[in-house]
Amino acid sequence: MRLALLALTSVLLMYLDHREHHLEAIRSALTVALSPIQYVMNLPAQVGNWAQEGLRTHASLLADIDALRQQTLIQQIQLQRLAAMEQENIRLRSLLGSSAKVGERMLIGEIIAVDMDPFKHQVLINRGSTDQVFDQQPVLDAHGVMGQVVHVTPVNSTVLLLTDPSHAIPVQVNRNGMRALALGTGVANQLVIPHIPNNADIKPGDLLVTSGLGQRFPPGYPVAVVTQVERDPGRPYARILARPSANLEQIREVLLVWRSEPVHAPPKAEGEGVEAEKTDGGDEPPGNTSAPAAPTAGAGGGQ
Amino acid sequence: MSLIPRHGSSIIIASFVVALMLTMLPLPEWAHVARPEWVALTLIYWCMALPHRIGVGIGWSLGLLLDVIRGTVLGQHALVLALIAYLTLQLYQRIRLYPLSQQALVVMMLVVMGQMLSLWIRGLLGEPPQTWAYWLPSLTSPLLWPWVYLVLREVRRYFVVN
Repeated sequence: MRLALLALTSVLLMYLDHREHHLEAIRSALTVALSPIQYVMNLPAQVGNWAQEGLRTHASLLADIDALRQQTLIQQIQLQRLAAMEQENIRLRSLLGSSAKVGERMLIGEIIAVDMDPFKHQVLINRGSTDQVFDQQPVLDAHGVMGQVVHVTPVNSTVLLLTDPSHAIPVQVNRNGMRALALGTGVANQLVIPHIPNNADIKPGDLLVTSGLGQRFPPGYPVAVVTQVERDPGRPYARILARPSANLEQIREVLLVWRSEPVHAPPKAEGEGVEAEKTDGGDEPPGNTSAPAAPTAGAGGGQ
Repeated sequence: MSLIPRHGSSIIIASFVVALMLTMLPLPEWAHVARPEWVALTLIYWCMALPHRIGVGIGWSLGLLLDVIRGTVLGQHALVLALIAYLTLQLYQRIRLYPLSQQALVVMMLVVMGQMLSLWIRGLLGEPPQTWAYWLPSLTSPLLWPWVYLVLREVRRYFVVN
């Protein structure tokens, strides 16, 4: 019977796609075939943007330019300090005998205005393998990490956002370097930090930055801000929620990041190791909940 | 093989393309969740109207496209739409005779069944939806069925698709 045959094929496809990731070629080919439709659907949004830009008044443009000028000035002053600090950092690192942080190349991509599955947090961007986008590439916006590339086609690629329930990202608390994992919850603008003991030093308002462990995201980018820490003595771990720093709901432009060379496991969170070891016993999640093809590599170890 | 010449394949394809476009149409967040299953509705109509032409295989292929569009695991929507096509083919002689309101009920049953299968697959993959809003398409799809039905019937008669 046809139905039985097709059902079997579907199950096989799902298995191959989910467990083995063998079907990227098929998905890519189908996406390319569908890209004209996606292009057409994106047109109204583009026209809208264009009209919005075109119909702005002279005064509002001037105000914008003024604001941008001031912003550039302030940021340039900050950059001057940063350049000196970077030099100092490299010098100190060479004194310590650890490898220097590497430079990164960036490319701006634009989100294509088509809706995808409402219960998977994904967006489509207009950069593909012709722009050297690669699978698992980190994606940022102006405020922080957005997610990572999961499917690449020649013309566009799919980005899995931080808030997707299958996403996990290794982070550290910026204040004290405590390592943790930030998992997506499937709820908009909410991450959960699992397996942090009740006595850990973490509080609302703490900034979480990428730790660079797992070798996928570059270290030091803001990921989320802790919004809620619930310490229930009856439970082994604190319940910690965080809000992504990136504007996941509103962004239109995204930044794709390339590292210019592979990082040789920089001994990053070493200085605060004592505290981290003490409070952070549960860093290696025992049975990473509901993240089967978890796009995180070993988050706890880092070689 | 029927002796009736086959007319209007392009119309059928066009209707499916429109359904796919409606599936991609950017909607505000609250409406996004409640988006009706356009492809399923169109598929049910054509299975019912032209059961000798549209069937399980076409449903399955459409599902594969839908999987790519929505970024779900390949095969999820394929399985769901193949099942919906199969059930419609089993029931089409009855559905045709029902008044529109009862047809909508049958459509609701089909969509609910599809969503249940879909939920099951998502659960197996470890990413079950967190809210009851997941079931909203099962309400919006039958509500829109009468219009889909009337529009597609007019299109079919106008272009003599058979």
